[in-house]
Amino acid sequence: MEIKKTVMLGALVTGTLAAGVAMAAEQFIGLPSYRVGAYAAGGSGIFGGWIDYMNLINERDGGVGGVKLVYEECETEYNNARGVECYERMKNKGETGNSMFSPLSTGITYSVLDKVPDDKIPLVTIGYGRTDAADGRVFPWVFPLITTYWSQATTMIKYIESKEGELKGKKIVLLYHDSAYGKEPHAVLDKMAAAKGFEVTKIAVAHPGNEQQSQWLQIRQIRPDWVILWGWGVMNPTALKAAAKTGFSRAKMLGVWWSGAEEDTIPAGSAAKGFTAAGFNVAGAEYPVIKDIKKHVYGKDKGNMEDESRVGSVYYNRGVVHGIIAVEAIRKAQEKFGQGKALTGEQVRWGYENLDIDDKRLAELGAAGFMPALKTSCMDHEGSGKVKYQTWDGAKWKVVTDWIDADKQLVRGMIEESAAKYAQEKGITPRDCSKEM
Amino acid sequence: MQFFLEVLIGGLLSGVLYSLVALGFVLIFKASGVFNFAQGAMVFFAALTFVGFTEVLPGWTGLEAGGTAVFWLAFVLALASMVVLGIATEKIVLRPLVNQPPITLFMATIGLTYLVEGIAQGIWGANVRGLDLGIEDVPIEYMLEQHNILISTFDLFAALLAGLLVGSLALFFQYTKVGRALRAVADDHQAALSIGIPLQHIWAIVWGVAGFVALVAGLIWGARNGVQFALTFTALKALPVLILGGFTSVPGAIVGGLIIGASEKLAEVYVGPFVGGGIESWFPYVLALLFLLVRPEGLFGERHIDRV
Repeated sequence: MEIKKTVMLGALVTGTLAAGVAMAAEQFIGLPSYRVGAYAAGGSGIFGGWIDYMNLINERDGGVGGVKLVYEECETEYNNARGVECYERMKNKGETGNSMFSPLSTGITYSVLDKVPDDKIPLVTIGYGRTDAADGRVFPWVFPLITTYWSQATTMIKYIESKEGELKGKKIVLLYHDSAYGKEPHAVLDKMAAAKGFEVTKIAVAHPGNEQQSQWLQIRQIRPDWVILWGWGVMNPTALKAAAKTGFSRAKMLGVWWSGAEEDTIPAGSAAKGFTAAGFNVAGAEYPVIKDIKKHVYGKDKGNMEDESRVGSVYYNRGVVHGIIAVEAIRKAQEKFGQGKALTGEQVRWGYENLDIDDKRLAELGAAGFMPALKTSCMDHEGSGKVKYQTWDGAKWKVVTDWIDADKQLVRGMIEESAAKYAQEKGITPRDCSKEM
Repeated sequence: MQFFLEVLIGGLLSGVLYSLVALGFVLIFKASGVFNFAQGAMVFFAALTFVGFTEVLPGWTGLEAGGTAVFWLAFVLALASMVVLGIATEKIVLRPLVNQPPITLFMATIGLTYLVEGIAQGIWGANVRGLDLGIEDVPIEYMLEQHNILISTFDLFAALLAGLLVGSLALFFQYTKVGRALRAVADDHQAALSIGIPLQHIWAIVWGVAGFVALVAGLIWGARNGVQFALTFTALKALPVLILGGFTSVPGAIVGGLIIGASEKLAEVYVGPFVGGGIESWFPYVLALLFLLVRPEGLFGERHIDRV
């Protein structure tokens, strides 16, 4: 089992450096994790990877600019009420309060959305959450980083186009989790279908998605050219198995990044072979950053994953991406507000808004090709929009594309329109980004 | 017509799988009057324990990983674990609550649900696992080629297995001494005790058998969708089956399962598109509610009569 390390300090060795020397500064990061319940497999992988990366920074580099990273986990079980409870419990912990809140749950994200501006804690939602929060003018405290669902949907169409050449007259089925999450790509796909002349049929799967017989019989009737799988949890392996059962080629199925982990394909067995899914991080343990974690963290028996074979898996590496971005945001904020001391949530927010992790920096971090380059601003809290595609070869994920750019023109317009509507509803005056430094 | 038949047959086969889970509820309710909310958790526990043993046994015994010997040894050990869980439940949770109102027992099983889920994940971890029973989930070629009707080999196998299990249990209840004692306990605890039927013994047997049913259900559902926490949700599929078939009838569980399975699939295909789809999760409950209005005790349930 993954050990539930509820109060595991990343830098137990801080203490006094020598007699007469003051206590080293510590940056507190509250982690609203979930290691039990329905989504434990994802939670344990992502939070495990994040924790391991923080421990790497502490063990190898002595912290960020001399400041040790300390963290505390709070179990949410992916439950909104518990997520809010964790938020409240952790917001004032540490020297300067919680530096950031990243619940790995769209539901919890919405539950604390109105709280973060008052508490001055950046809400970081990497690959989930509210898409229009990418407009930093309206959502200064929210960071749906790297890429959003809308961006991803446009890359999916680009990917299919690269395979088909021409989309006019093609049929695409969107098999989606019947929830707000599953409905996220509808508008984007409709717009792209109208622009490119393909037909999109949306078929809902009721939660949890462990029965899809009727949906796949409908797909068999429709005979689509491609099926986009917008699933979550048990819905994914069930869809892959049902596709095999109905004779639909897995090579013509494209998954969202919550359908593209080992946890989605292994249960489907041979039925998953040939299935391709999006990812804003890739799988694999051959990247220098992962090798460093193995050397400096697991080598000292300080790894968070009890099952070390999961190091390098999709979810684990996604956690490492969370860690990299958090550390770079703190580093950036230290450049402005000073090193050697703990920063406030407000200062870390500035770091998140001024991230510039280019390819050179990624190479320095040992993460070239591991995640896309990221540059945020007051206007743009997404920062990238790029995804890679990986195909399951029956045993592991294999990267099959380079980073594919989103259709930014289309997506940005939709984001601004939606954010403006939100601002109007809430009476928010959008920031003037020309005045932000 | 071909499409209609395809949906109908697929629904009926799925329905048998729902019956399998419903059966676990019926067994315990028949014997003790307890609605065991933890049945879904037991399915998860059973499947996870089985898969867990298949992972550790090769290291412990030197047997070939994925081999037949490991499979059967893991099955026996998982079954033994379920029996131990059943007996422990009876001794620790239910026995102290004898003669308490049904709602108290029901609440106890809600607590048991969380405990069983936690223990399962605590012992074997939260990782999602695959489970291969060696039966391919592919269409039956003859039906596909001759009639263009898609029927899954795996679903057919699962339905036959479930049917066999239900038949065996029906015979067990009807014709064995333990079965008769069990029915006596189900009818009246006090009367059964007064003629010397050991109540606790019978309860332990029932929980053990329910554990066996949970193991079979867990293996089939686990092979279909992977062994993961979502197996606990199979219980949600069983509830409308129970309402329809009656909480005390083994044949009712089968008939209820067939009706629910077929109707939810047909509704999803023919009604779903008009209401936005994804109606499979709630349609069976609507059907069950409508049915309750007409026949509250279910198709085969015992009519409750109070003399005033």
